[in-house]
Amino acid sequence: MAFKFPSEEWIQELSKQLNASASYERSARDWEGDFIFVVEPDEAYPHTNYLFLGLYHGKSTGAAMLSSEDERPAEFVISAPYSNWRKVIEGQLEPIQGMMTRKLKLKGNMMKVMRYPAAAKEIVSCCARIPTEFSG
Amino acid sequence: MWYFVSPQIVFGEGALDELDELSGRRALIVTDSTLVELGLVEQVESHLRRAGIETAVFAGVEPDPSVQTVRQGVAVAQDFAPDWIVGLGGGSPMDAAKALWVLYERPDLEPAEINPFIRLGLRQKARLITIPTTSGTGAEVTWAIVLTDTTEQRKMGLGNRENVADLAIVDPALAAGMPPRLTADTGLDALTHAVEGYTCTWHTDVTDGLCVSAARLIFENLPRAVLNGSDMEARTHMHNAATCAGLGFGNAMASMAHAMGHVLGSVFHVPHGRAVAIFLPYTIEFVARQAPERFAHLAALLGRSNVDGEPGARALAACLRDLIRDVGNPASVAEAGISRADYEARLDKLVEDAFNDTQIITAARAPAYEELRQLFLYAYDGQPVDF
Repeated sequence: MAFKFPSEEWIQELSKQLNASASYERSARDWEGDFIFVVEPDEAYPHTNYLFLGLYHGKSTGAAMLSSEDERPAEFVISAPYSNWRKVIEGQLEPIQGMMTRKLKLKGNMMKVMRYPAAAKEIVSCCARIPTEFSG
Repeated sequence: MWYFVSPQIVFGEGALDELDELSGRRALIVTDSTLVELGLVEQVESHLRRAGIETAVFAGVEPDPSVQTVRQGVAVAQDFAPDWIVGLGGGSPMDAAKALWVLYERPDLEPAEINPFIRLGLRQKARLITIPTTSGTGAEVTWAIVLTDTTEQRKMGLGNRENVADLAIVDPALAAGMPPRLTADTGLDALTHAVEGYTCTWHTDVTDGLCVSAARLIFENLPRAVLNGSDMEARTHMHNAATCAGLGFGNAMASMAHAMGHVLGSVFHVPHGRAVAIFLPYTIEFVARQAPERFAHLAALLGRSNVDGEPGARALAACLRDLIRDVGNPASVAEAGISRADYEARLDKLVEDAFNDTQIITAARAPAYEELRQLFLYAYDGQPVDF
């Protein structure tokens, strides 16, 4: 079964994949900080979506599609046009490089994120493991 | 998309004369006490005086410079108000100069906040010149800054594209006095930059040629420079190779050998180049189990192998070990003189910190935590990697 991106089902599947990942559990074992991923409209996709991912001590505490960025507080917000998210999920855009080139924009303490590179990489690996059907 | 950043580079014997033509009022030279004793600081000052530039010297930079040292240098800069900062030395003084320059320009920042994701707005008060006196670090052309957090015994990888130097003066005469051990350590650092810059997942078409050229020059000239320090032809090629490797990896990335070498260096005070070179063959063998192509390709370009796949990658690891031994360096952690008991006692910290080093993310095969632990143990014993 493929999960449509972006959707409630897709972000919940990411949460499940993270909770099944021993590598993520190890690399993020003292991480504290939730994320909101903002999918911005572009030529391939006309909508704005907000995907919430709760992360605490190596586990995902939950996931949801929100109606706005303000619906739930999150320490980190990463925003990017839909097509750039697609590149991240398909492994064509490494997220740290994406942030260095402003293809992905982060609100939050970047230095905190940079202390967990292995966890960041595992999140992307989990994204890649989700059978994804792209909306755009 | 990606970026390629570089200072203006003046290179070759006599390059230091370029300082005679500099415009400015005051230059702060950031260096270490050894270079003062060797007379290299005076040499630079005399060129700056010829340009009518007043100088001051901050010679307090230690190996693996700390945040505290940089803060002391910033205080000197604030008093002296230079319009040039000159980083003179190996990687430590040049990295300290970069950090000092950023904090002199941006006193509102903490050192840990110097990262590639923000706009710094430098060059309002001063510009930066880098002058390497070793042939290895490449810091003269990179924007990376490595400082040590002495509280946590951890190296902090900092930097922003804006803090690349305006002018790099790459004059081999300044490296001519390096003793053989320093020549070997720094040369192997440059070789590790070249190999990792070519084989990491962030490599680019623009950086590949620089890395290959640097690696070839180092294989051909490092043994000569170690054996006979007055061989200026070998010295010159090594000095240029280090800068090429710096441009190559600095605009791509280093990788797993650097992640492991950083922690060995910060915990056991092994010189940086020696530490990263110890791990390089083991990391090649590890990655090559799943992704051997880039290593095999590099081995072929260097004329060291004509086979594809893992055997080609292993040939590269083997010739690296040969070179490391040829120049009298350790090819294992045990050979570096660290006792097994001390190593095992700190193994958890080594693995933990290497696992969280940013440069590990560019490895074509990401190690799991236990694999990284095993890799540290294999590198201790000098055992070729088979997992």
